[in-house]
Amino acid sequence: MHIPDGYLSPATCATLFAAATPFWYVAGQRIKKTLNMRMVPLLSVFAAFSFIIMMFNLPLPGGTTGHATGVAIAAIVLGPWGSMIAVSVALVIQAVFFGDGGILAIGANCFNMAIVGSLVAHWVYQGIAGKSPLIASRRVIAAALAGYLSINVAAFITAVEFGIQPLLFTDAAGTPLYAPYGLNIAIPAMMAGHLTIAGLAELIVTAGVVAYLQRNDVALLAFNAPVATSTSNVGGWNGSRRLWLIIAALMVLTPLGLLAAGTAWGEWSATDLVSGTGTTPTLAQAPTGLARLADIWSAPLADYNLPFVANEQFGYILSAMVGIGTIILVFVLVGIISERLRKRNSAT
Amino acid sequence: MGGEAHHGKKRGNFVQRTIDALAEAMERSLYAEQLASSRGILQNLDPRIKLIGTLLLIATAASAHTITVVIALAVVTFGLALLSRISLRTLSPIWIGMFVFSGMIGLPALFLVPGPILATIPWLGWHISATGLRSAAFLILRSEISITLSFIMITTTLWTHVLKSLRSFGIPTLIVVILSMTYRYIFLMLQSASDMFEARQSRVIGKLPDNEARRLAAATVGVLLSKSFQLSNDVFMAMQSRGFRGEVYILDEFTLRRNDYIAIPVILLICGVGFWFNYITA
Repeated sequence: MHIPDGYLSPATCATLFAAATPFWYVAGQRIKKTLNMRMVPLLSVFAAFSFIIMMFNLPLPGGTTGHATGVAIAAIVLGPWGSMIAVSVALVIQAVFFGDGGILAIGANCFNMAIVGSLVAHWVYQGIAGKSPLIASRRVIAAALAGYLSINVAAFITAVEFGIQPLLFTDAAGTPLYAPYGLNIAIPAMMAGHLTIAGLAELIVTAGVVAYLQRNDVALLAFNAPVATSTSNVGGWNGSRRLWLIIAALMVLTPLGLLAAGTAWGEWSATDLVSGTGTTPTLAQAPTGLARLADIWSAPLADYNLPFVANEQFGYILSAMVGIGTIILVFVLVGIISERLRKRNSAT
Repeated sequence: MGGEAHHGKKRGNFVQRTIDALAEAMERSLYAEQLASSRGILQNLDPRIKLIGTLLLIATAASAHTITVVIALAVVTFGLALLSRISLRTLSPIWIGMFVFSGMIGLPALFLVPGPILATIPWLGWHISATGLRSAAFLILRSEISITLSFIMITTTLWTHVLKSLRSFGIPTLIVVILSMTYRYIFLMLQSASDMFEARQSRVIGKLPDNEARRLAAATVGVLLSKSFQLSNDVFMAMQSRGFRGEVYILDEFTLRRNDYIAIPVILLICGVGFWFNYITA
C-alpha cells in the first residue's frame, strides 16, 4: 500500500501532508505529556520494530505469502498517538532509505497507514476488548479484527485517493496525468488484495502477537489498556456486554436495507441488468460472462430470503441474523480451537 | 509494497526467505555507506543542496504536464546516476522492481483508458489507445525518476548528514533524533531477528508446516516487541545517566563550497525549464 511517487498529483500529496500535520502535532503533544523524555528511545525503538515487521514473509492459507504492516500492533501496545508517530517514522525511513513509498507521497502514506490505520485499529480493539481481562481470548479476537479492519480502511482510503486522480488531473487531450483509473476500477482492484491476502496477513500477525504477549509479556498489553479488569475471569456476559450491544444494534439496523430503493450498487444479477431496478444501468442484454457464471453458485439464502418464510421483510431480518450468527459462530469456534491448542502446547 | 503477495517457487521456506530479506536490507545500507564516501560528482555536494535539489527535481517530474519534460528529466536522472559512479548493476534491480510494480498498475491503462486507437493486438482484438499509452508512460517514468533520484541522494550521502540537513530546514530536533535512533535500532533489530530465524533454521529439517511458520512469525514478533521495550528502557537510563535532559546538540556545521555554487543554478535551471514548459503548453 506504500504509494510511490507519480501516482498522486503534487496537489493531492500536499493536501494529505497538510491533513496529517495536525495529527502529528497532537500526537507529539500527547506523547510529551504522558511519556516525557522517555518517549525518544521508546518511539525510536518502536519505529524500528514496525520497520522490521514489514520484512517478515508470512505463509498464508491458499499458497501465497504476504506481509503485515504492524500498525495494529503498534496501536494496541502504544495507543493511537504513539503509534502514529512510530509508524510515520518507520514510513519516512522506508521511503527515504529503501525507496518503499515515494518522497512526495510521504504525507499520503503516513495519513493512510500511520494515522487512519492507527485510529481504526485503536477504536476497533478498544471497542471489542472493552474492560475484558488482559488475558481474555476476546482481546485476541479484538486484535484480529483491529488488524483486518485497519488495513482495509487504509487501503480503501488509498484507493479513493487513486480513484479521484483521473477526475481531477488530465492534460488537454484528456490523458490522466497520475493514477489512470477511476473509482470504479481503483476501489475493487485495491480491495480485492486487501480484503483477502493483506488483510489476512495483518489479522494473523496482530492476533498472534497479542496471544503471544498474553502468555509471555502481559505487561505490554497493560500499557494502553487502563480500564482492563485485573481479575482472571475470562469471558462471561459482563465482559462482553459491549460486543453484544454492537451486534444487537447491527441486527436492529438491518431493516434499513429494506428502505433503500433498488439493489445495492454493483450487486446486480443478470436479470436486474436487463429489466432495471431503479439504480441499475439498464442494458439491452446481460453480459454473456455474467449470465454464464450466474448459475454456478446459488447461495443457501438467496437474496437474503429464506425459502420457507412467506413475508419478505421478515425473511430479510432473519437472514441477517443467520449471517451475523454465522460470523459470531466462526469467531467463537476459532477462539475455542486456539484455546485448546494453547492448552495442548503448554502441556507438552 | 504493503501487503503484496508472491506465488514463489520457494514457498514454504519462509524462514530462509525472511533471513534473506533481512540480510538484503543490511547489505544495502552497507553499500550506501561505502558509496557515500567514494568520489563522484554528487558525493562532493553539500547534503542540504542535494536534499533540496532531489525534492525539487522530484516535484518537477511530478508536476510535468508533457511527456517530453518527463523524458528529459529521466535522462537527467540517468546522467546524475552515472556521474555519481553508481553502477548499472546496482540500479537495474531498482528499476526493474519499480517497472514491474508500476507496469502491473500502468499497463492495463493502455487498453482501459479511452482515446484515439493507436494499434490493435491481433487475436485478442484489444485496442491500445494513445491516451492510455501516454498515461502509462507518465506513471512508469515518474515513479522511476523519483525512486532513482531518492536512491542517488541516499547512496551518495551519509545518513547522519541527511539528518543534519533536515535539521537546517527547520525540522524539530526531536524528530531528527528519533529518526537517527530509529535508523540505528533497525540494524540492531535486523540482527536480532535474523539471529532468531537462523537459530530456528539450524534446528529444522525439511519444510516448516504453514501453521507452524505463522506461529513462529507471531512469536518472533512478540519476542522482538518485548526486547524493544527492554531496550528502550535501558537506553533511556543510559541517556539519563549521561545527562540527557531532552536537549540535543549536533556538532560541526556544513559550509557551501565551489561545487555547491555551481550546482544551485544548474538545479534551478532544470526545474525552471520544466515548470516553464507546463506554463507554455497549458
